[in-house]
Amino acid sequence: MICLAKKSLVFKIIDAFYVAMMILPIAFGVVFQVLTEPASEGISLTGARIFFTIPMPVQDFPVTESQLNSAIVMVVVLFLCLYLTHGIGEKVELKRQHFAEMIVEKVEGLVNENMGDYFKGFTPFIIAILALSALSSLLTLFGLFPPTSDINIVGGWAVLVFILITYYKMKAGPVTYLKSFTQPVALLTPINVISEIATPVSMAFRHYGNVLSGTVISVLLGSALASLSSKLLGWLPGFLGDFPLFQVGIPAVLSVYFDVFSGCLQAFIFAMLTMMYVAGGFPFEEYEKRKAKKKQKQKAN
Amino acid sequence: MELAIGIILGCCALGAGLAMIAGIGPGIGEGNAVASACEAIARQPESKGSVTTTMLMGCAIAETTGLYALVIAILLIFVAPGLLVDILVETLGAL
Repeated sequence: MICLAKKSLVFKIIDAFYVAMMILPIAFGVVFQVLTEPASEGISLTGARIFFTIPMPVQDFPVTESQLNSAIVMVVVLFLCLYLTHGIGEKVELKRQHFAEMIVEKVEGLVNENMGDYFKGFTPFIIAILALSALSSLLTLFGLFPPTSDINIVGGWAVLVFILITYYKMKAGPVTYLKSFTQPVALLTPINVISEIATPVSMAFRHYGNVLSGTVISVLLGSALASLSSKLLGWLPGFLGDFPLFQVGIPAVLSVYFDVFSGCLQAFIFAMLTMMYVAGGFPFEEYEKRKAKKKQKQKAN
Repeated sequence: MELAIGIILGCCALGAGLAMIAGIGPGIGEGNAVASACEAIARQPESKGSVTTTMLMGCAIAETTGLYALVIAILLIFVAPGLLVDILVETLGAL
């Protein structure tokens, strides 16, 4: 990277560009939502709106709100990373370097603790899952549709994790992998296959169900408060009677739990489960044996 | 026709309500987990960090069955009525 003098004008301009690129996509999403969302009264609980469909040979490919919003999250994460690592160096001169180092060190510690030395390279993947999932859930704070409350997005992540689990199980050879299904008794094979498939399904449903239940409860509470205020304060004249007084502030308390706490917790849990499943499925002893055998063969040749 | 659609809508709502009975299990399970975690922290306050992490993980796993029920309930409320009414209209329209 070009070593720019810190605090010079060019440095500040690039900084401002990164910050702007973090804020602009979210602003675009909010404006787009305001412009395109159809007006509705009372309870409105819909899934992701479909913008248009691209015809495909097997099945049409719908482009939905959740895809747009997850693209927004990706851009934000990209420019957040660029901002945090801008002007980074051996000698710490900027506060943001401490923050970036803290994130990396925390997750590295987590990965080392849960996965062991062999999986050291997993840190970037885990950080990516954490950032993507947490920021997707936090989009609700801006009133946008959170992509994590769409089963298709979370299901995609779960399939990715499933591929990783299978890849690391295959490391000790396909025969060992197939044999692992007949443990402890050959009779249990169908149940083992079901539990193998249940892993990604339960991961996807857990994340999606938690975020979606928060949305449903928030909408129900909002409409209940609206009807409550119209029942209690409806006798007031003019504008005062129509104003939903109870809807001010009270839903925000619930939002702190469902949007902020639950969103971050689900991101953490998804990352933890990924680490545990990948590291737990990896047959380390058999892998070492296979490696030793291969070395012996090479020596014999 | 109206009666049949009414029965479909009512039964979907009833089914969604019945599905959420599964919420009892995770409630009891998570309560047990948190109670044990509190005891563990009271006994060994220095292990608070790891106990909390493990407890949150356990709670998330225990929640899974409840969330399955939630997904089924949401499907019954938002997806099933439309599908079933469509099937009914098709079969009755063909008669």
